[in-house]
Amino acid sequence: MTELTRLTAAALAAALRAGEVSSVEATRAHLDRMAEVDGAYHAFLRDNAADALAAAAVVDAARMRGEDLSPLAGVPIAVKDNIVTRGLETTAGSRILAGWIPPYDATLVTKLRAAGMPILGKTNLDEFAMGSSTEHSAYGPTRNPWDVTRIPGGSGGGSAAAVASLQAPLAVGSDTGGSIRQPAAVTGTVGVKPTYGGVSRYGLIALASSLDQIGPVARNVEDAAILHEVIGGHDPRDSTSLPDAVAPFADAARHGDVRGMRVGVVLELGGEGYQDGVRASFEAALDLLRDAGAEVVEVSCPSFDFALAAYYLILPAEASSNLARFDGMRYGLRVEPKDGPVTAERVMAATRGAGFGDEVKRRIILGTHALSAGYYDAYYGSAQKVRTLIQRDFTAAFAAADVLVSPTAPTTAFRFGEKIDDPLAMYLNDVATIPANLAGIPGMSLPSGVSGDGLPVGFQILAPAHEDIRLYRVGGVLERALEARWGGPLLDVHGVNGAAE
Amino acid sequence: MSTHIVDYDEAVDRWDPVLGLEVHVELGTRTKMFDGAPASFGAEPNTQTTPVSLGLPGALPVVNRTAVESAIRIGLALNCEIAESCRFARKNYFYPDVPKNFQISQYDEPIAHDGHLDIELADGTVFRVEIERAHMEEDAGKNTHVGGETGRIHGADHSLVDYNRAGVPLVEIVTRPITGAGERAPEVARVYVQTLRDIFRTLGVSEARMERGNVRADVNVSIRPEPGAPLGTRSETKNVNSLRSIEQAVRFEISRQAAVLESGGTVIQETRHWHEDSGTTSQGRVKSDAEDYRYFPEPDLMPIVPDRAWIEVLRAGLPELPAVRRRRLQREWGWSDVEMRDVANAGALSLVHGTVELGAAPAAARKWWMGELSRVANAGGVELEDLPVSVAQVAQLAALVESGDLTDNLARQVLDGVLAGEGDPQQVVEARGLKVVSDDTALLRAVDEAIAANPDVAAKIRGGRVQAIGSLVGGVMKATRGQADAARVRELISQRLGI
Amino acid sequence: MSTISRHEVVRVAALARIELTEAEIDRLAGELAVIAAAVARVSEVATPDVPATSHPIPMWNVMRDDVPVEPLPVDEILAAAPEAFEGRFAVPQILGEDA
Repeated sequence: MTELTRLTAAALAAALRAGEVSSVEATRAHLDRMAEVDGAYHAFLRDNAADALAAAAVVDAARMRGEDLSPLAGVPIAVKDNIVTRGLETTAGSRILAGWIPPYDATLVTKLRAAGMPILGKTNLDEFAMGSSTEHSAYGPTRNPWDVTRIPGGSGGGSAAAVASLQAPLAVGSDTGGSIRQPAAVTGTVGVKPTYGGVSRYGLIALASSLDQIGPVARNVEDAAILHEVIGGHDPRDSTSLPDAVAPFADAARHGDVRGMRVGVVLELGGEGYQDGVRASFEAALDLLRDAGAEVVEVSCPSFDFALAAYYLILPAEASSNLARFDGMRYGLRVEPKDGPVTAERVMAATRGAGFGDEVKRRIILGTHALSAGYYDAYYGSAQKVRTLIQRDFTAAFAAADVLVSPTAPTTAFRFGEKIDDPLAMYLNDVATIPANLAGIPGMSLPSGVSGDGLPVGFQILAPAHEDIRLYRVGGVLERALEARWGGPLLDVHGVNGAAE
Repeated sequence: MSTHIVDYDEAVDRWDPVLGLEVHVELGTRTKMFDGAPASFGAEPNTQTTPVSLGLPGALPVVNRTAVESAIRIGLALNCEIAESCRFARKNYFYPDVPKNFQISQYDEPIAHDGHLDIELADGTVFRVEIERAHMEEDAGKNTHVGGETGRIHGADHSLVDYNRAGVPLVEIVTRPITGAGERAPEVARVYVQTLRDIFRTLGVSEARMERGNVRADVNVSIRPEPGAPLGTRSETKNVNSLRSIEQAVRFEISRQAAVLESGGTVIQETRHWHEDSGTTSQGRVKSDAEDYRYFPEPDLMPIVPDRAWIEVLRAGLPELPAVRRRRLQREWGWSDVEMRDVANAGALSLVHGTVELGAAPAAARKWWMGELSRVANAGGVELEDLPVSVAQVAQLAALVESGDLTDNLARQVLDGVLAGEGDPQQVVEARGLKVVSDDTALLRAVDEAIAANPDVAAKIRGGRVQAIGSLVGGVMKATRGQADAARVRELISQRLGI
Repeated sequence: MSTISRHEVVRVAALARIELTEAEIDRLAGELAVIAAAVARVSEVATPDVPATSHPIPMWNVMRDDVPVEPLPVDEILAAAPEAFEGRFAVPQILGEDA
């Protein structure tokens, strides 16, 4: 049974198709793993055991009847708790939604159910996806399976840790400034942020509407690709959803070739502030790409120096508006003021004061200020202009290169408490991932190795909008080369989850 | 404390009023502005919501194409420019009937702008109202205040919220400052809104029933010493739900502001409540953060770029607008300016037209709507269109009179029956047995009885006092319970008496 | 120089309907002053000739037909309400303007 949780999603899917294992067995194996190890990691906020097993049984029966099934039918998956699941509590990592049972499914969830993928449970995140360490979850942090004294990244630390600790073969996260990619980097897993609009946001509890995207979290590039194919595509319920057909990502991951491709290293996403071990790992990966036939060039995107500032204006502004609906009137927490008249206004203020954590309050205040009369032009208005400059820099860079690369994050996993009291220091974790969200282009993080401190390092690949397939092409090639060097997948080789039985 | 006002005529003698009108019209689309929840009237509370109109976490808006089309058609009917490209914007404020605590509206990019509407006042003067913009937005839910002494907002214990209306499409039409109306400002306000209402109905974009809240007006009033002087501080009066109220509210505000200024005070920029019962406005609660809506472009929606060819198709397909229709009908019906104007001013034109289309003669239709029905409406303090009688029923009534089945007198009784809910005219006639007795045999019997009962009167008549016939006619009418044609009765009496 | 004074934090917290303790106001004012100063540099490059981007991937005229969908079951939505009464959401006394 333990063997089942070591299978990649692709391998598990093949075993299911071949009838070697049932979905109920596979799902139970992962639920058992959750019971066994999640006390140490706290990747999950709650499990969905009964429903998952029931869904697994339905898929098994359908397979028995010889029905045509999705490529991932029967493969269980974990879902970040800011994605709405009907009948299953959804909190976005916040007290203000404690106990909220949504009356509808996100489009993503509808697709997972239609694909016959049992949902194992909801994973932990920084409250309302605001953070880079999952320390801001109102329900306690998640611990990095590589070292439980360290953060698993954020905001999607739960999904990454669940996959890294073999509790789920696949997970889904959301990425607004790196919340899928940065946790992937610090947990040695693969995370992808699709082109903005590539995956439906209907049912994703909004943080920054113009930056958010849902994406796959997996142990390897091929698994991420297969999942991306299942969850991507146009959704008429999301006006920002792309009309593009889903591209053959899995095929690109398996058979991609980088000969003749130009790989652009972004000068501004490296250098000072990036750990030595991170840079060394990055350079080594570049060598492998050269060996595989790619041409490595340097590009400069000067406006990236302003990306962090623009991001921390646009996000808080949009978030302050998106989070206004949490007021204790229709769902979630309601708190009455301790004294004085009980009016709607005072109940709203008391509820939000009690229900929101510090980071959320910080960003709402900042965002409300940035949109305020008299400040709009200098703050939000200016940030939207920086966005234009960043898009222009990317356009120019993609004229010189087919993909752009950088380390995913400046450091490896830091310890709990190290940055929690210094918001600006925390924000710097996203400096390499943010530009992609501002421009709407797709990005992937895959492990490039471990640093001198024994912690995983992430390698980021960026592609032009609508060209997600290039991520899988390059990622697949690089991963094969790296695994050849390591002698196997990183998680296995570094014994994160104990030696195989 | 009662509000001091100056006599209206004195006020407009000394001050020049300036108006601003913001009219919201609820579109009659099948679904809401940004989601597919049904938008019909009168459903059980909270049975017409989706995650989007309830503002649930994760929900996203999608624009209703028909609503956009209606907004464009309204803009075209108001002679506006249609934007080449426009976006939606978020207007951020906290209120329990606004489920997202922001309203999706349009800020600096309305779908239509820079138009005008020519309205015709009672005496025939044409007044041009400049229109600044028309934009799309979503409606809020409905609060019912419960508890407290009066159940109204001041002193209420709590509120109950129904989100059925939340998300229903609205088009808001904003005028430029309306100047030059002088003492006719109240009338201008009323006629403007009435004209808009007629246009909405003609276009078919809304039933435009004010008593249902389909059309709502916010009335802005300021006064200044004379035309051309800088604009004074304006007050805004909301919750003005009928044409009458609009006119009264403008009148009251002018009088009130004159009193304030003449006593050395200053007019406060504020939102005021209209009180239907007393015909006055009162101070609303002053909000400290009232103006900081923190507008920004709605990131969840893409710009609307109306195709120019599509706009021309819509323009070509506009129905005949009320003003044009009026001129045509006046020609067809052969009415004088005064006759037409009276009908239009009474808000009866559509009703008369509808009645004529169902077969009534124009003069007959006018007689009923402007006569008996107007009397009933005025007595009840309601608009003509709110009376419980349809154009079909009036047409049927006119047809019965035309065919001789009813006299005017009988018809009036039938009409009473229709208004009382007894059914269509034909049904009332049968139920009440009001048909004209046209059978001469029966009439002759009654005539003979009357003559026999009044021999001296009959003798007088034979003797040359023809006027005395009246009392015999009266006797026959009484005997037939009014269901005889008086002229015929007179004829028969004359025959019988050989005169 | 930051635009977020303590006074501004109080004003904005009221605008955003978040009740803060005195200690929170002090701390936020300090933190936000630093952050605001850092992000203010966007105005350095945001010159008048640069247009603003509000949507990262350009699209337009995304609309749907005026066709009704199944509404949410009223029982389910009211079940999530902190307080409901006779089919409606019960909320505390509202002191603001009449809607």
